[in-house]
Amino acid sequence: MTDQTPVVSIRDVSKVFDLGGNNRLQALANINFDIFPGDFVALLGPSGCGKSTLLRLIGDLISPSSGAVQVNNKPAHQARLDRDYGMVFQQATLYDWRTIYGNVQLPLEVMNYPRDKRMARAREMLKLVQLEEFGRHFPWQLSGGMQQRVAIARALSFEPSLLLMDEPFGALDEMTRERMQMELLSVWGQTNTTVVFVTHSIPEAVFLSSRVVVMSARPGRVTGVIDIDLPRPRSFETRESPRFFQKITEVRECLRRDEVKGASS
Amino acid sequence: MDKSVAVSRNDIGLESPAGRKLPVGLRQVVAFVLILLALVALWEGYKLLGAVTAGSIPMPVRPDDRSMPHIWSIVGALFKPARRGGEDILLIILLRSAVFTWREALAGFTMGSVVGFALGVVFVRSRLLERGLMPYVVASQTVPLLAIAPMVVIWGSRLDWPAWTAVAIISAYLTFFPVTINTLRGLRSPDPTAVELMQSYAASEWQVLWKLRLPAALPYIFTALKISATASVIGAIVGELPSGIPDGLGRALLTFSYYYVSGPEKLYASIIISALLGIVFVVIVMLVERMVVPAQRRLAE
Ligand SMILES: Nc1ncnc2c1ncn2[C@@H]1O[C@H](COP(=O)(O)OP(=O)(O)OP(=O)(O)O)[C@@H](O)[C@H]1O
Ligand SMILES: [Mg+2]
Repeated sequence: MTDQTPVVSIRDVSKVFDLGGNNRLQALANINFDIFPGDFVALLGPSGCGKSTLLRLIGDLISPSSGAVQVNNKPAHQARLDRDYGMVFQQATLYDWRTIYGNVQLPLEVMNYPRDKRMARAREMLKLVQLEEFGRHFPWQLSGGMQQRVAIARALSFEPSLLLMDEPFGALDEMTRERMQMELLSVWGQTNTTVVFVTHSIPEAVFLSSRVVVMSARPGRVTGVIDIDLPRPRSFETRESPRFFQKITEVRECLRRDEVKGASS
Repeated sequence: MDKSVAVSRNDIGLESPAGRKLPVGLRQVVAFVLILLALVALWEGYKLLGAVTAGSIPMPVRPDDRSMPHIWSIVGALFKPARRGGEDILLIILLRSAVFTWREALAGFTMGSVVGFALGVVFVRSRLLERGLMPYVVASQTVPLLAIAPMVVIWGSRLDWPAWTAVAIISAYLTFFPVTINTLRGLRSPDPTAVELMQSYAASEWQVLWKLRLPAALPYIFTALKISATASVIGAIVGELPSGIPDGLGRALLTFSYYYVSGPEKLYASIIISALLGIVFVVIVMLVERMVVPAQRRLAE
């Protein structure tokens, strides 16, 4: 795997927020890791450890204080201008004056796709997330889970090579959440995007990803990268397999090891 | 995505729990008529109370026919010639004046809205200009209209403008402020993630404005336009006085207040027509809003 060129390469990245006056907050320190094509990477860690900050750095919504983020062999900024990634936030962030079709077409409009191509893509994407009958509805007429599926369809509509997701299922109930995880995996299987998925749920991270990047807080750093070699396609049975629980334990221990270290230092 | 954009069905408590519901439009009309009847009853009731007690209790306004003419004599005055031997009934004369004034108000409203909107867009794009200009924008509204109006008229006559343009400018002066403030608020209303979403598409500033900020601002802008609609009528009426324009409601109000003693009901009649003009203007703006902004997004009034 390591002979491939990485989709995302993060080198010695630190982020310090200037809080005004003499207050500075080191959110991330010396982050190093690579993400390879077709990877599904989960960023896992306690609240406030800098997961969102790291994701936003990859997406060039903020820039690092030091170090460099390369996406597809170019600086993250250039990758953003080249529309290399799609974003999904914790909230669906649909524009409520647009229909579902209109929302899915938003990036395509911004990128000046011709009208017929836009419509075709929107249909295709809604079919992918199984919402084809809801194209003419407005966001408020959809449930939270459906809205989040629209957000995923919207992010995939322009075929970005990288999908950045920040706790996309955080606001959903457990049952919907598990169904959405299955759907996401099936969508990921059908497209060949690379996914970076922020979560603070250990089972979610293990179930979805091919690698879990474990982070610790204050300052945020990477404490371990755990390969999840559970067979694919993953299913309901995966969740009940002993390997699944082993991996969960492994991840949990990695998180805990760090906690103990933090407490003793 | 915006918590302050609340669902508003604009019903005035006429929705019965039993499910006996009238259409929203009809409900509004019924509410309006009921309130109108209540006001008439209050007015006449006050007069009646005055007549019955015959001065034995102190009343803030004298309930006699000069201070407070009967509603029916006000309505009656509308259907009598304004002057003895005159051709047209008062209603026709006032309606003609109202249409004249409305044209000036509409011109002012349009100018003021365009200027107000443009300022809002400029301010949202430049903090520096906002900081620099906003104090003047605010200050402009604290200068009394009474002082501004004659000045504009004098400038207008120096520059050989037609008289109504000065009136329209005075009306625009009252109109632009709420539009600027609300446009600015509306353009800033999208939450940060909605903006970040656009940034993640590498959208240009203009695309962010047209596809996000402007649609998000529409409910706010319409709230301002409703305020501005009434303000533009007031601006036009006040502006007509120093301009010496004889054809509008301003002159009618002035004339009938001169001759108040001989016919108080005529002044009241022209006040009612002036108020109606404002109401009609606001209703027109509301109808346009209804076409442009879906109900779920209209701001509660
Ligand atoms: N724009 C900012 N300005 C200042 N400080 C910030 C900013 N964004 C994040 N931080 C700080 O950086 C740290 C990491 O924040 P971040 O949002 O990345 O955490 P997180 O891991 O995503 O947490 P959660 O799981 O709760 O979402 C926090 O201490 C936060 O206060
Ligand atoms: Mg976060």
